[in-house]
Amino acid sequence: MSYVLEIKNLTKKFGDFTAVDSVSFNVEDGGFFSILGGSGCGKTTLLRMISGFEEETAGELLIRGESMKGIPPERRPVNIVFQNLALFPMMNVEKNVAFGLQRQRLPKSEVQSRVNEMLERVGLVGFEKKKVTELSGGQRQRVAIARSLVLKPEILLLDEPLGALDRKLREHMKVELKVLQKEIGTTFIYITHDQSEALVMSDTVAVMNEGRFEQIDTPKSLYKNPQTSFVAGFVGESNEFQLSSYEGGELTTKNGCKLSKLDLDFKPKKLFIRPEAFILNPSADLSGIERIDMQLKAILFDGSNTKISASIKQGHEEVLISLPQNAQFEDLREGDDILVGVHRDDLKCYKD
Amino acid sequence: MKKLVMLGVLVLTLVANGAMAQETLRLLTWKGYAPAKLVKDFEAKTGIDVKITYSNNEEMIAKLRATRGAGFDLAQPSQDRISFVQEKFPVYQPIDYSRVNTGQLVTSMVDAVKRNTAVDGKGFGVPHCYGTTGMIVNQKLAPGADDWSDLWNPEYAGKISYRLKRPLLIATAFGMGEDPFALYDDIDAYRALMKRVEKTLIDGKKYVKNYWTSGDTQVAIIQSGDANVISGWDGKGWTLHKENPDIDFIAPKSGALGWIDTFAIPAKSKNLDAAYKWINFMLEPENAAYFTNQEGYGTASSGAIAFLNDEIKANFSRSFPPADLDNIKWHPPVPAGFEKIEAKVLDKIKAAK
Amino acid sequence: MMKKPRGTFYLLITPVLLWLLALLVIPHLDMLYRSFRFETDDGLWVFSLNNYLAFFEDQIYWLTFVKTALYSIGVTILAFVVTFPVAFFLTKVVAKKYSSFMTLLLLIPIWIGELVTVYGWMILLRDNGVINSFLINIGLIETPIVMLFTSFSMTVGLLYISMLFMIVPMMSALDSMDDSLIEAASDLGASKWTIFRQIIIPYTTPGIVSGGIIVFMLVIGDYVAPNILGGKSSLWFTEQIYNKFLASFNWSEGAAFGFLLLLLSSSIVWVALKLSGQKLDKVGS
Repeated sequence: MSYVLEIKNLTKKFGDFTAVDSVSFNVEDGGFFSILGGSGCGKTTLLRMISGFEEETAGELLIRGESMKGIPPERRPVNIVFQNLALFPMMNVEKNVAFGLQRQRLPKSEVQSRVNEMLERVGLVGFEKKKVTELSGGQRQRVAIARSLVLKPEILLLDEPLGALDRKLREHMKVELKVLQKEIGTTFIYITHDQSEALVMSDTVAVMNEGRFEQIDTPKSLYKNPQTSFVAGFVGESNEFQLSSYEGGELTTKNGCKLSKLDLDFKPKKLFIRPEAFILNPSADLSGIERIDMQLKAILFDGSNTKISASIKQGHEEVLISLPQNAQFEDLREGDDILVGVHRDDLKCYKD
Repeated sequence: MKKLVMLGVLVLTLVANGAMAQETLRLLTWKGYAPAKLVKDFEAKTGIDVKITYSNNEEMIAKLRATRGAGFDLAQPSQDRISFVQEKFPVYQPIDYSRVNTGQLVTSMVDAVKRNTAVDGKGFGVPHCYGTTGMIVNQKLAPGADDWSDLWNPEYAGKISYRLKRPLLIATAFGMGEDPFALYDDIDAYRALMKRVEKTLIDGKKYVKNYWTSGDTQVAIIQSGDANVISGWDGKGWTLHKENPDIDFIAPKSGALGWIDTFAIPAKSKNLDAAYKWINFMLEPENAAYFTNQEGYGTASSGAIAFLNDEIKANFSRSFPPADLDNIKWHPPVPAGFEKIEAKVLDKIKAAK
Repeated sequence: MMKKPRGTFYLLITPVLLWLLALLVIPHLDMLYRSFRFETDDGLWVFSLNNYLAFFEDQIYWLTFVKTALYSIGVTILAFVVTFPVAFFLTKVVAKKYSSFMTLLLLIPIWIGELVTVYGWMILLRDNGVINSFLINIGLIETPIVMLFTSFSMTVGLLYISMLFMIVPMMSALDSMDDSLIEAASDLGASKWTIFRQIIIPYTTPGIVSGGIIVFMLVIGDYVAPNILGGKSSLWFTEQIYNKFLASFNWSEGAAFGFLLLLLSSSIVWVALKLSGQKLDKVGS
């Protein structure tokens, strides 16, 4: 497998502040690679180093095996879709898309045919002469992507381009982007703070925190097996518990709730349990699960995402539990006592 | 809030001023014609507040014409610029010579001004001061410059300056050996003369450094060395001579132009009393002499000679040998319509390369 | 839906309307009336177009106007060339806290007033003035360079008094431009020059045009700088209007020339707007 992008110990410092701290990773050709992190984690700086707008303090950056050291943005085989899209307001759709091609001094006919082809691909035929200010949010999005893709870059960088859209459109664009990427096969590097965007679209997700990568993995194993407590807390919803002790295979939370977890070879400090890991009224013949007595505090109705808030009787820890979407639990009422089970494998423990 | 307070203060000031109801004299005059000391003395003596607006002949006419003679109690136009204005736009009122202390004035000058400013047999001016327009020359740097024709003499190329206004057209005509005043009754001949004057000045334009535009720029241009041969007023030339003996006023061989500035009373003057008081005050021998000692211009006050500085007397004898004194060309009143011809000539000269 | 204006509204707007009427409308109507009055040789006042025709009949007038207009266009272009780098520097390069202070410094010529700045330039530019003395003292030149009373000194003076009106609208246009537009263009392969020509200039065109209009109107209507700094051949059209009023006492022709100046310079602005593809309401905002 060839790598389109190789990054080795890449570091960026602004004065005393280290924005990107010795990051190394490779991106496979034709993949959809996301970098997920909160604001200020260094993901934008990393992107700007790949595109050439920031110069690295140390480390190496190779595209198709070639070092990018000292190469300005206009000469790198990567293109970027900006957070605010940065469409040229004084040009129409067609001219926006043709801008990059014209810079390469291609013959007019070739520019025209490539622009047409690209507009067809993103579904903007008939909008050629429209001003970009007259387009809807989703259409503007497509112009921005078309403007970059028409140059056939090795990598397309996307800097949270869906951030400004409303929720419905964002859901729609997620699917559209993923399909588009599969169709054309260009490598996408996608930056976001929205884990759902990263999980839905990506082949590979890197979770970034304080200038470092916490974990690089497929969305599925990132969700199932977070390697660090940061990833466990950041990706997906989780109930987090502070632990006070681990003795004889028994975890004790700060508030005194006890759970058994036998196979740990380190002293854990934090425990994460996903809301959907809980089983309401587990049947008596299930093995390998912990059974916990709780009292139902509130039902948080949210359609397919409805949860209940409950309090563990022993230690009064508050937890959120996903409610299965069948009529089975419709008669639950606030204040009811409930028995909840959780598989011991789903007790995710971390030492920091 | 701040603005409100300021507005309040302003209103109070206005009210306070009104309450005092001080008498004022609104004077429209030339710079230097109302020396601060004399204004102070006058205010102390009469209790009348003097408000001065500085101007020149052209602006004086325009201002008074715009208001049809209102806004000022006393003006000081040159004697040749009164009658034609008065005939067309009546902006002045006749002088009541019985209220002027003519006893302290040079009689011949009073009569001449009365005659020259007359409309329908009534005089409109009282002489105040007189002087000449001639040349101011830096005699060290431009030796030999002594006639109007030197204003287009290649010998002084790049160091010549003058004010491009009607006196210069008259001066040029004299410099060319013509007598423009003799043509004041023949407008067609005068127009033809002005054509020749125009050509002379356009041909000579390449030697001109710049046109000066006011008394201050007149002084500055020769003081700074930007020019050495300029047209100028005698008083200014003598003031410059005091500072730099190389520079002096020279009466051009073909004749210095004599002017008399007057007192004239606007048609809608609101304070005639004050106006006549000021006229009589300014022409008292001692005050008139103070003005002449300050500004260098001659005065119409007959007794002033006793109080003049030696230096002032020396100026006259140095710049005006007897022959030149006789040769002074006194401006007769300008006939109506002439200024229109001259204005066009001036525009053409200014626009020429 | 608009509410119907009530009594208080009229009460509040009346002083404004009266003010406009008394100080703007009536004087202009008076001038317009005058501009059509003509005195015949018999001294009779009649309505006529003669005052306007005088402008076209005598080539000195329209030539002066053409010269003034061309010169004003030149100064406007020069003002753009001189101020654009400054505007770009202040909005895109310097940190915000310094740039507002520096913008304040640019206002100084306006605080001082035109006449004083013009005299200041005279002191700097004259034959034995500051600049010539300096150049002679350091041995760069032997005889002074003639700068004062030339087209050069006039241009400097006109630029100096009008520059600010170019720079302010340009700065606000540049300020509103997102830096990511420049980065996007660069990312798409554009050189610095292309970015300047294809992105920055088109984006700031409304600012440039509105600044240009102000500078042009200011320069073509100026009197002081051409008159004092311009020297012997700098006949500006405003000076001819001044002379009409003050030297030849021909107020009717002066009024007609004033309206011609207004009309002709407005049509130049209109043509410029058409050529640059701008609309007045857009430029004005």
